[in-house]
Amino acid sequence: MENGDILNEMWHADGSARQPYKDFQSWFEGEDLSRLRAKQREAEDIFRLTGITFNVYGRAQAEEKIIPFDIVPRILSGREWQKLSRGIEQRVRAINAFLYDIYHRQEIIRSGRVPKEMISKNAAFLPAMIGVDPPGGVYTHIVGIDLVRTGEDQFYVLEDNARTPSGVSYMLENRETMLQMFPELFARNRVQAVQNYPRDLWRSLAASAPSVSNATPTVAVLTPGIYNSAYFEHAFLADQMGVELVEGHDLRIVDGRVAMRTTRGYHPIDVLYRRVDDDFLDPLNFNPESTLGVPGIMDVYRAGGITIANAPGTGIADDKAIYSYMPEIVEFYTGEKAILENVPTWRCSDSDSLAYVLDNLNDLVVKEVHGSGGYGMLIGPTATKKDIALFRKKLQARPGNYIAQPTLSLSTVPVFTRAGLAPRHVDLRPFVLVSPNSVNITPGGLTRVALKKGSLVVNSSQGGGTKDTWVLED
Amino acid sequence: MRLNIRHTSRYQFDAPVYYGLQQLRKTPKTTQQQTIVSWETHITGGQKELSYHDHHNNVVELVSFDRDATDVTIESNGTVEVHETHGVLGPHRGFAPLWLYLRATPLTRAGPLCKNLIKDINEATPLARLHALSTSILDAAKYEIGTSHPGWTAEDVLTHGVGVCQDHAHVFIACAREMRIPARYVSGYLMLDDRVDQDASHAWAEAFVPDLGWVGFDISNGISPDIRYVRVATGLDYPEAAPITGTRLGGTGESLSVQIMVAQQ
Repeated sequence: MENGDILNEMWHADGSARQPYKDFQSWFEGEDLSRLRAKQREAEDIFRLTGITFNVYGRAQAEEKIIPFDIVPRILSGREWQKLSRGIEQRVRAINAFLYDIYHRQEIIRSGRVPKEMISKNAAFLPAMIGVDPPGGVYTHIVGIDLVRTGEDQFYVLEDNARTPSGVSYMLENRETMLQMFPELFARNRVQAVQNYPRDLWRSLAASAPSVSNATPTVAVLTPGIYNSAYFEHAFLADQMGVELVEGHDLRIVDGRVAMRTTRGYHPIDVLYRRVDDDFLDPLNFNPESTLGVPGIMDVYRAGGITIANAPGTGIADDKAIYSYMPEIVEFYTGEKAILENVPTWRCSDSDSLAYVLDNLNDLVVKEVHGSGGYGMLIGPTATKKDIALFRKKLQARPGNYIAQPTLSLSTVPVFTRAGLAPRHVDLRPFVLVSPNSVNITPGGLTRVALKKGSLVVNSSQGGGTKDTWVLED
Repeated sequence: MRLNIRHTSRYQFDAPVYYGLQQLRKTPKTTQQQTIVSWETHITGGQKELSYHDHHNNVVELVSFDRDATDVTIESNGTVEVHETHGVLGPHRGFAPLWLYLRATPLTRAGPLCKNLIKDINEATPLARLHALSTSILDAAKYEIGTSHPGWTAEDVLTHGVGVCQDHAHVFIACAREMRIPARYVSGYLMLDDRVDQDASHAWAEAFVPDLGWVGFDISNGISPDIRYVRVATGLDYPEAAPITGTRLGGTGESLSVQIMVAQQ
């Protein structure tokens, strides 16, 4: 059995269902387990057929994998969601205000709230964005905020994804699959829709078009190509929005705009939802070796001829060292206390913090400042002695490259196993759309679940799975 | 003093250029040191796509080559009234923070030779230290045309002990930053008194001195810019301030001829 300190989102300690799960529980009790097992297999077939796959980096053969899907939904009440979404909106507005400030007057540095070195020595700070005014002042058109829950009312932001957050296609496919397999569940629960996401994404991007754009802006999705781990998602989103999926070599500069090749000649693009990293975006202005980008796109951007979503240089806001300043950042720009809490974070660049971290490696999670996807991190409580010794060396060699956090008691949600329901740790990535006139948060998001008993690592690249996430109408 | 300038770059290719772009930083701006009376850039074999101000406040123009171009000429010409400021440009302007000019770039990273060069510089004021630095660079790397290579780093220049204005500027910038003084690269024109046709465009450096602001240092000539200097573009190093940066598909067998004329009106 699991530790009593850990919140199980489905059941109270006495075995009764928590409010949001009451209907689901009574439905489940009436179900035949063998029928559900068949449904679980059916779900896997649906995913294989739709082609929702991803690649894992660093394997000898970068084979395509299916992210395991679990049929038990993760359910939040409308009230729980309301508080979360207020906190998310506040945070996302602060992130955009911070980005504008950092690339203009840098008031937050002048005020002393964020030390200058956090920006001046940060590789994610992009000088080419200095003084640039993105259309509508929006830098992060698409944001994913990673949340974990440790108690009834206790949510923490684990990290902000302000560059090119992925995973939204899983949110949509998970819902689609659940609707197909268990229509009766949706008849008895009033679940808020997520299916409008592609339409909302298009509207949000179109609303961020530059002033040179026509009444109906032309939007396109830029992908690095089929070898990218998220290629499926790029193609899926372009298809769902009804816009072109393009690669760098399809685009060139024509009449001062970025234009795509069509059967009727070159057509200018107003908004490019790019899934290519900053460094590879423009070989004329950034990495000259890049073959994935569009030479001159940064020039067009700076001249006001295109909206790049997300804006280049947004990495400065989701860097893990900056993360530790988020409570100050939220307060500085919104004048309010942060609604969502940050996980307490030790910045190893600070020598006292480093000493503490080195003394407590067995209990802490250590992450690379610029890392993502669960690569290159240490989870003290489950790490081997060898791993801990290795990280000790890494920390001593490059302390500024790491932060450390306590291991949190992540909440659990049951997964369906051969033996019935069994609790597993989860996190949540809600998806946020920002346009000049609105912040739109899709109710739900992507719940990632650690499929191994007791594991806290939910990343798909590390063997995690996903669940459909429900927000109920209260 | 009023200077007339004409700068022509002609690119010729054996095989036509299928697609090509050039980023120009060739338009001087009016500052405390100079007033732009007139300035124009003409392109044949290509067209101007757009222009904007970059984060160093340079005027940038993006030019595309005509399809299958084999001969492209970019010609800038204009008249600039230059004022005597004894090399002082004055206060820092724009959103780029001064600490940006303390960042090393691949060409301006201070290695052992740069560090060695500044270890005996201990004059009382930043301005005096910068003048001493300028002198010791010219001692350590004498002016010599034809030996250095545009890809040389500041350390390469000191290793070989020779260089041209670009090389001297890079060493100066690397050393000034190592001394915690913000510094930047300047590309521009210098009227040599004895001729109209110049061999090349010129380059020097600027350092930020408290109370004065940005001050120019022409290391190669051992002076601060005077009324014979026209300042065009700035950056952290040569690539950021280069008059022309390009990329192209096709267009093998490139030959470039550059003609620069600077004359007093």
